[in-house]
Amino acid sequence: MLEIKNLHVQLEEEDKKILKGVNLSLEAGKVHAIMGPNGSGKSTLSYVLSGKKGYEVTAGSAHLEGNDLLAMAPEERAAAGLFLAFQYPVEIPGVGNMTFLRSAVNSQQKLRGEPEMTAGDFLKAVRAQAKNLKIESDMLKRPVNVGFSGGEKKRNEILQMAMLQPKMCILDETDSGLDVDAMKLVSQGVNALRDGNRTFLVITHYQRLLDHIKPDIVHIMAAGKIIKSGGPELALEVEKNGYANLLEETA
Amino acid sequence: MACSSSTDLAKKLCLDESLWANSGQWIKNARQSAAKRVEDQGLPKRRDEYWNYTRPDAFLQKELDFDVVSNQSFDIFSNNLSTVINYEDGVLKEKLLPVISGCSIESLQDAAKLDDHWAGAVYGVPEAAGQDPVKRSLAALNTATASQGLLLLVSGKVKNPIKISAVSNGSIDSTIHHIVKVEAGAEVTLIETGQYGARANVVLEVEVEKNGSFHHIRVQDGQQHNSLTHIFGRLGPNSTFKSFTLSVGGTITRNECILELVGDTSSATVAGACIGDDKFHHDDTVFVTHGAPNCESRQVFKKVLRDGAVGVFQGKILVKEGAQKTDGYQISQSLLLDDNCQFLAKPELEIYADDVVCSHGSTSGAIDEEALFYLRSRGVPKTKAIDLLTLSFIAESIEEVENSELADALLRYLTAFLEVR
Ligand SMILES: Nc1ncnc2c1ncn2[C@@H]1O[C@H](COP(=O)(O)OP(=O)(O)O)[C@@H](O)[C@H]1O
Ligand SMILES: [Mg+2]
Repeated sequence: MLEIKNLHVQLEEEDKKILKGVNLSLEAGKVHAIMGPNGSGKSTLSYVLSGKKGYEVTAGSAHLEGNDLLAMAPEERAAAGLFLAFQYPVEIPGVGNMTFLRSAVNSQQKLRGEPEMTAGDFLKAVRAQAKNLKIESDMLKRPVNVGFSGGEKKRNEILQMAMLQPKMCILDETDSGLDVDAMKLVSQGVNALRDGNRTFLVITHYQRLLDHIKPDIVHIMAAGKIIKSGGPELALEVEKNGYANLLEETA
Repeated sequence: MACSSSTDLAKKLCLDESLWANSGQWIKNARQSAAKRVEDQGLPKRRDEYWNYTRPDAFLQKELDFDVVSNQSFDIFSNNLSTVINYEDGVLKEKLLPVISGCSIESLQDAAKLDDHWAGAVYGVPEAAGQDPVKRSLAALNTATASQGLLLLVSGKVKNPIKISAVSNGSIDSTIHHIVKVEAGAEVTLIETGQYGARANVVLEVEVEKNGSFHHIRVQDGQQHNSLTHIFGRLGPNSTFKSFTLSVGGTITRNECILELVGDTSSATVAGACIGDDKFHHDDTVFVTHGAPNCESRQVFKKVLRDGAVGVFQGKILVKEGAQKTDGYQISQSLLLDDNCQFLAKPELEIYADDVVCSHGSTSGAIDEEALFYLRSRGVPKTKAIDLLTLSFIAESIEEVENSELADALLRYLTAFLEVR
């Protein structure tokens, strides 16, 4: 599904290298987790894959189902099936959450040359998904993420994911700022989308999210590289011993 | 001879027989004193401080400096119930004016034939008062020469808005002077759409008496045309005045609004939004005088500029001695869609009372890149995402429109406008 080869990334504005040769191969239907200390480059990887400005790819490649992601505009990547649940969802005053969701769904369908969803079907679908995520109708009417609590913002990300039905979902620290109940809701939302074909890359700092969203493979990222990959037990090891041992091991 | 004057301009005004033939005494008096104001004050010059950001030439020179195109207007409010009055090339098209409950509607040209008319106490009066401390001679020139306009005497709560729909087809210079008197406790909403001429000098004088309420919504669209508009308003005790202008067309536009809050606990809002490209030059010049205690005023302006367009905002709040507990607010913001455009803002406060709250702010910014990326990452194409953010920027000023049906119509129109831009 997603093939990342030898990805090197630095900042456009200054000479700072962040990713230093990332290799990842995600098969369709699998859940991969990336763990790693703060500042290791996890968010940068997710931004570069989704097309944020400010980063320069100096070497390497990223392909989604064989399509060169790095050559596409952010909206084209989305239409191709990529979705990033932001670590820090952006507030957009003046744009209603519903309007936003509707334009996103319609735009993607248009870009893919599919027929647009009718207003009625769209509304039904949003209501059903919002209900599962315990999102009040009031939150749908408010401007995108404005005045939302940390947990509400994250649930709103999952709502968008559920509506857009992407093939490749990247979740960047979706667990941060969530209490236990909210974490369960969000995990249920994610798990409901697992259909044997949809692929997930779950970025997290802590193991606890992985109790709810069970990964097939766990990668450890440090200083811009994947330093170790393994099964779910790797996450438990990190939880127990922290990153220090692993870092020494590979140093 | 209707008057005797020394300057060329004033002489010309006095000699324009068509203005004076069959004219009643009240309008003769008003025109004569306005002509005198023009003569005494002279016309605006480039070096005048008040015309620092917008050259007055566009409204003074003999010839129009662009090819005139027929200006099509889109009727934004066609779905809303209203009493419609049409103007074409600066001339009233209706043979008979509508008769509605709560408001008498007359044309200036008919009223001018009478020797005595209620309008005599309003026509040119707020305009004359508005000449101090800043000279607005082009408004006085309008008072002296206008032969077209509507006179609204509002005595009750008028249910549906009165809509003036104007179109222009040719190289017409038009001078329009409307007056509105809202009597105690009465209410009216006036809508103006389109443009009166390839070049228009428009004055709207509004007198709102105790507990009265005046709402004004204006849409300036069409292609190339230059407009100079003045609104002069006087607010009595506990009265409300709200004016909102959306400008999505025109070349050079200067909208002045001069309000005087003379009665206690009166409330005034002047708001506007514009979107323009290229040679679009849009100037909002506002002067709000608080002359009584416990009044509030709001000025809210948004300008979206692209490809060389220029936006100007000159806004002043003057709080006179004794106007305690004044609550004055002023904000002007621009969204610059590229590096070529300019926003020039001159916000001013002048306060002679000690117990007042006045705040003002002015900002100028580009599209929020974080928000743009967020939208695009969800599949919204760049141009559409910019439109959404533009709309959200403007929406805040449309919130100043109290009638939600009309506010929705404005938003719908803007959405459609941005899509085809
Ligand atoms: N736009 C940016 N400007 C400056 N520094 C950045 C930027 N993006 C990332 N960095 C730096 O790159 C490193 C990796 O950051 P990030 O990808 O956010 O790490 P993580 O998500 O793993 O915590 C950090 O040192 C961070 O400060
Ligand atoms: Mg991060």
